[in-house]
Amino acid sequence: MNCQASESQRQAYLDGELDLTRSLELEEHLRECSECAQAFDSIRLLQKSLRSDALRFQPPVSLEKRVRSALRREGGWRAQTFPRRWLIPAISAAVLLILFAGYFLTRTPADNFVASEIVSSHVRSLMINSHLIDVPSEDPHTVKPWFDGKLDFSPPVKDLTPQGFTLIGGRLDYIANRPVAVLIYQRRKHVINLFVWPAPNGDTKPAAQVRQGYNLIHWTKAGMNHWAVSDLNLAELEQLAEELDNAE
Amino acid sequence: MEEGNKLGLFEATVLPHLSAAYNLARWLLRDNSAAEDVVQESYLRALRYFSGYHGGDSRAWLLTIVRNTSYNWLQQNRSRELMNPIEDAEALTAGEANPEAVMQQRIDHDLLRQALNELPIEFREVLILREMEGLSYKEIAAVADLPIGTVMSRLARSRARLQERLAGHLNQEL
Repeated sequence: MNCQASESQRQAYLDGELDLTRSLELEEHLRECSECAQAFDSIRLLQKSLRSDALRFQPPVSLEKRVRSALRREGGWRAQTFPRRWLIPAISAAVLLILFAGYFLTRTPADNFVASEIVSSHVRSLMINSHLIDVPSEDPHTVKPWFDGKLDFSPPVKDLTPQGFTLIGGRLDYIANRPVAVLIYQRRKHVINLFVWPAPNGDTKPAAQVRQGYNLIHWTKAGMNHWAVSDLNLAELEQLAEELDNAE
Repeated sequence: MEEGNKLGLFEATVLPHLSAAYNLARWLLRDNSAAEDVVQESYLRALRYFSGYHGGDSRAWLLTIVRNTSYNWLQQNRSRELMNPIEDAEALTAGEANPEAVMQQRIDHDLLRQALNELPIEFREVLILREMEGLSYKEIAAVADLPIGTVMSRLARSRARLQERLAGHLNQEL
């Protein structure tokens, strides 16, 4: 290695950036060339002096606290300022959430609540015989007019005796915060309570559910809510719903 | 990333380098209160860019921001200091290459501090990054936005200029 090469490499050597082979070559050259060795020592001294802690500026103690509180402020500000590109998706998500929540809060739980009221009413109606029927009659033309003046609507009352469901009477009840009509049918020994009251929305298909061992079927037709409840098996209860649906 | 967690992670990663950040800013700006302002501003910027930081040496990453913020501050407040950038194409002059070597066994710190402060900012910054912060050539290249070859030659010139200055001050004192 000559002096010129030594000059460019002694700095890299001192900076720990020279590979092993060249480092060995440089060390050999420095042993042979006193002029280069002197320049090398001079840079090494400079380096050592620059690395002294005495030359470092220490931050004032208050700086860390100051930076921390600036970061907190910035962090808080960022949390409050919603990035604009998320605005539309966020609003859409919020609207969807409200729609879903609305659906589940108003529809399903309300239906669940009504279903539970229906079952309670059904059970109560069977506890004591007098609870079941206000107007005992197999004749729709007796039962239907009986509701006149007691309700603000006129429930459809159908004779299903040919289909095996005997009308045994009707009564008033109170479901979903309103007075409703109940038509009582019988199939063999099974009592069926059919709750009827006006529905605000359009027709819905019969939907079955089971509560406390009772079968329930709910459907909406011609502006009326229909809830049929009984300990009768579901297939036969569905048959009742179907017959009522078909009968005019 | 959740905002609170992000700040916590940021502080744990970057706050330990406060001393390095202040040292660099203070050496580049040569002013205590400007250095404090720049460090604070650098941390706020770092927080904003933190999502773009994907590991690596967080100190070198922070120092890059401190260095750029310092230059911005100088541009706005003391633009004259940036008006005569050094020429990297310039080869080492004979005087630079072979300075009258400082022959003593130790260098007085006050003298060294003074000599360093008198260097152009481009020389000062590579020396601070290399000697005080211990950054590699590669890291210095990233922080100061220079090719690695330039880092090498600049460091050599910086040391030569510093030795020159030191020799000058010594001669004055003698």
